[in-house]
Amino acid sequence: MEFQDGTQAGMEPALDSGDALLTPADGGREHLVVVGNGMAGCRAVEELLARDAARYRVTIFGAEPHVNYNRIMLSPVLAGEKSFDDIVINTREWYADNGIDLIAGDPVSAINRSAKAVTSRSGRTVHYDKLLIATGSDPFIIPVPGKDLPGVISFRDMRDVDTMLAAAANGGNAVVIGGGLLGLEAAHGLTLRGMKVTVIHLMDTLMERQLDEAAGWLLKSALEARGQTILTGANTAEIYGEGKVEGVRLKDGREIPASLVVMAVGIRPSTALARGAGLAVNRGILVDDHMVTSDPDVLAVGECVEHDGNVYGLVAPLWDMCRSLADGLTDRHTGYKGSVTSTKLKVAGLDVFSAGDFSGGEGSEDIVLRDASRGVYKRVVVKDHRIVGAVLYGDTADGGWYFDLLRKGEDIADIRDLLIFGPAFASGGGALDPKAAVAALSDDAEICGCNGVSKGQVVACIEQGARSLDAVRGACKASASCGSCTGLVENLLSEVLGDGVQSGPKSLCKCTSFGHDDVRREIVAQDMRSIPEVMQKLHWSTPDGCSSCRPALNYYLLCALPGIYQDDQQSRFVNERMHANIQKDGTYSVVPRMWGGLTNPRELRAIADVVEKYDAPMVKVTGGQRLDIFGIKKEDLPAVWADLNAAGMVSGHAYGKSLRTVKTCVGSEWCRFGTQDSTGLGVKTERMTWGSWMPHKFKIAVSGCPRNCAEATIKDFGVVCVDSGYELHVGGNGGIHLRATDLLCKVTTEQEALDYCAAFIQLYREEARYLERTAPWIERVGVDYVKSRIVEDHAGREALRARFLCAQSFSQDDPWAQRAAGARADLHQPLNPTAIAAE
Amino acid sequence: MTDWIDIGTIADIPQRGARTVQIGGEKEIAVFRTGDDQVFALVNECPHKNGPLSQGIVHGHNVACPLHNWTIALKTGEAQGNDEGCTPTVAVRMDGDRILIAQPVQAREAA
Ligand SMILES: Cc1cc2nc3c(=O)[nH]c(=O)nc-3n(C[C@H](O)[C@H](O)[C@H](O)COP(=O)(O)OP(=O)(O)OC[C@H]3O[C@@H](n4cnc5c(N)ncnc54)[C@H](O)[C@@H]3O)c2cc1C
Ligand code: HEM
Ligand code: SF4
Ligand code: FES
Repeated sequence: MEFQDGTQAGMEPALDSGDALLTPADGGREHLVVVGNGMAGCRAVEELLARDAARYRVTIFGAEPHVNYNRIMLSPVLAGEKSFDDIVINTREWYADNGIDLIAGDPVSAINRSAKAVTSRSGRTVHYDKLLIATGSDPFIIPVPGKDLPGVISFRDMRDVDTMLAAAANGGNAVVIGGGLLGLEAAHGLTLRGMKVTVIHLMDTLMERQLDEAAGWLLKSALEARGQTILTGANTAEIYGEGKVEGVRLKDGREIPASLVVMAVGIRPSTALARGAGLAVNRGILVDDHMVTSDPDVLAVGECVEHDGNVYGLVAPLWDMCRSLADGLTDRHTGYKGSVTSTKLKVAGLDVFSAGDFSGGEGSEDIVLRDASRGVYKRVVVKDHRIVGAVLYGDTADGGWYFDLLRKGEDIADIRDLLIFGPAFASGGGALDPKAAVAALSDDAEICGCNGVSKGQVVACIEQGARSLDAVRGACKASASCGSCTGLVENLLSEVLGDGVQSGPKSLCKCTSFGHDDVRREIVAQDMRSIPEVMQKLHWSTPDGCSSCRPALNYYLLCALPGIYQDDQQSRFVNERMHANIQKDGTYSVVPRMWGGLTNPRELRAIADVVEKYDAPMVKVTGGQRLDIFGIKKEDLPAVWADLNAAGMVSGHAYGKSLRTVKTCVGSEWCRFGTQDSTGLGVKTERMTWGSWMPHKFKIAVSGCPRNCAEATIKDFGVVCVDSGYELHVGGNGGIHLRATDLLCKVTTEQEALDYCAAFIQLYREEARYLERTAPWIERVGVDYVKSRIVEDHAGREALRARFLCAQSFSQDDPWAQRAAGARADLHQPLNPTAIAAE
Repeated sequence: MTDWIDIGTIADIPQRGARTVQIGGEKEIAVFRTGDDQVFALVNECPHKNGPLSQGIVHGHNVACPLHNWTIALKTGEAQGNDEGCTPTVAVRMDGDRILIAQPVQAREAA
């Protein structure tokens, strides 16, 4: 008998060992030996028994000291939702009843194909007629220093779960490396077991192999809301600790302390045994359609195999493989054709489903339904009238239906318009026009499943005056929960009201279906760096946006990327581009900054000179304690600014969505009622905040006592000094809808007043929508939310303040000086007609 | 016959922006360059209340007036959407990267 090339002598089982060599005798039945007592190995045996129970005598070797259990359910065991007994698939009785020899806790260490025998670690040698390798996968361990420290484990079997449970019993910090399915389930379980968990994920999107960015983001925020820390784009450099794990160090230097590190970065087919026996192995053990390896008597099944170039990491393909394998072993050869897989995340309350290919290649189109505020996102990818991929988040009820259409490759052209609403609507009569389909529904047809609202009820509430989606949601709750019926409600609105439908505050502008918050979040999540990139990635419907979205995007990018983003002047409103206020006759008014409303003879002289030199028809004292010079022509602006700069004055930003003025009263320096130096604090505040770009204009005032001469309680941020310190007020404004401030808190020192101011501004900058002033923003999010971020969360406040000061370090650069020095002269000078060409 | 006046090169106008040009004593003209590098010229006055269109945000082949945000089509000078009004257009011709605009009628007659 000849040995195959590549067989390693060292791996040869010792045939002359003392153990009895089992022979194929046994009543003439062939002996099937299975290596691997896991999900695929046992399922294969079950399938075989179902076809021909008498055909083979079966021996199963298992490395784990257990009967076959459902590996998938290790997550619920970790999470405390199930016990080990609950997840056993085949009990000892099953093995006994079917005459199966289970050799558990004794892995096979070598295969001798020439002798047709396997040898186990304990030295047991068993002869086979047919050998089935079902060794599954090995967790991939990233080769970083410290990977072998005690306390560093993977998540693959019951022993790992036991280790995690033991660690969790002591509480403390855990780090999970890998934000895929496995890692997130481990993180979830450990969190429920009371550990403080940080997930470190190399990619920018969680579960990036199953989810697209949008769904990944929703998932991330949901997990964060559950108290996990999720670090995406984070690269592990080292696991440190003396004698046991103490923490993880990232490439960027960050250190995360941990007494337990779970590596869940991926799996690799477990092929060492097959390789050692000289079987053909690529990524996995190579098998044909009948799961036969390069040796006709050796079969392989499960995660350890590679079929037609694919290796799988989910159970569904195993079932198909096991059927084909059992067919082959019982001579009916059907053949395995590969599998399309779908995934669900098993974290209670978080429904995530994905199937097929959603990377959106050439010629594929997306049908997307998103209701971010309610955490629902559905995306079906269609190519040539067929579903090729689906991602569902928040509401995965229709996952099976999409998956079925995908697997069958069914033509969906006829139901395309309703596809995203799921089977209940898409199969309703095959109507092409969604409006017609909705119109065709009977009055008692259910529109909103979550809240049990019928079409008749929705129509009635529209007829009684609900003229927008929001109004319908408010009036009868339809579409107010999961949002999956939003499209239907919108269709009903337009059916009843025609053009009279009022659009809600839904999308940022008509160029996109995304709302402000969605766009902003995606800018950060996807690290977008320019307006065209945002428009591209978020599928803008216009080539270069409109006058609503361009300034908003410019601001969002500027806020997200201080010092990095290149401001797009062409996306700024005229005033911010010209750094002056345009007036109705096309001339400009110029307001130099006067810190805290203070001025001096030199400044006043320079202003007087400018007024005379450029023939300004009017000078006015503004409500914000500045001097406003009117009637300057755009050509003269740079020269005016140069003159004002020369006297030490910079832009007053009276024209921008930015800090306008800090208005002060004279305070304790002069006033007999004054309690603190309100003027001084005002000047300091203005020095700190000037030049900052905001979602809308921002006004500050500091009053020296509750008489409040600076009118601080109708400002975006107002300070009212009292004997014992400083009352901080937020969210006020004059204007059309006068609003008095809410009291944020009281602080005792001037420095605190400044710190809270910086943090509040940054929170507003980061979270308010473009063109939303502090008053409507606070009414939207609630003053309690603002308090929770600024007053209660000390570390958070400090971080906000630091981010504000960082952004300020890039923005406190006087735009007037730049222009006076010649920058963007094209904006101020007309073109010169040169020659006349006759034709 | 049209008299064409060379007013400069396309590079003199920022993309998605505009410059103005004055020919004789005529009304100021706004010359726009769009995101796809097309050039249009209009009298620099909004049909609403004479806002200087050259200072607006250029998007697609439109400009949003800086005063009250009417949208004016660059090609026709017409107000878009529900607003009504029209700004006179000025013919533009490109000669390589040089921009030529048609001499306004009155200016030509006076000449
Ligand atoms: C925590 C967790 C959650 C999961 N959740 C899901 C899910 O939600 N959905 C899904 O589709 N899939 C899920 N999976 C994946 C799924 O469990 C696997 O796809 C499936 O178990 C693979 O089956 P298998 O038989 O190929 O490998 P396994 O089930 O791993 O079985 C292989 C067995 O072989 C043993 N073995 C290895 N080498 C030897 C040897 N030399 N001798 C003897 N025995 C050996 C191993 O110890 C193991 O018991 C999850 C996996 C884990 C770990
Ligand atoms: C781009 C649009 C705007 C610009 C450039 C602008 C600019 C200014 C300027 C220069 C002043 C000082 C005026 C003076 O006293 O002479 C001022 C004051 C004021 N503006 Fe505006 N404004 C704008 C729109 C608005 C709107 C829409 C509102 C109302 C919602 C508003 C509310 C106020 C109030 C209340 C004051 C007085 C502030 C005080 O006394 O402290 N402004 N604004
Ligand atoms: S607010 Fe109080 S301290 Fe300031 S000027 Fe008025 S009365 Fe004086
Ligand atoms: S002047 Fe142009 S919109 Fe009013």
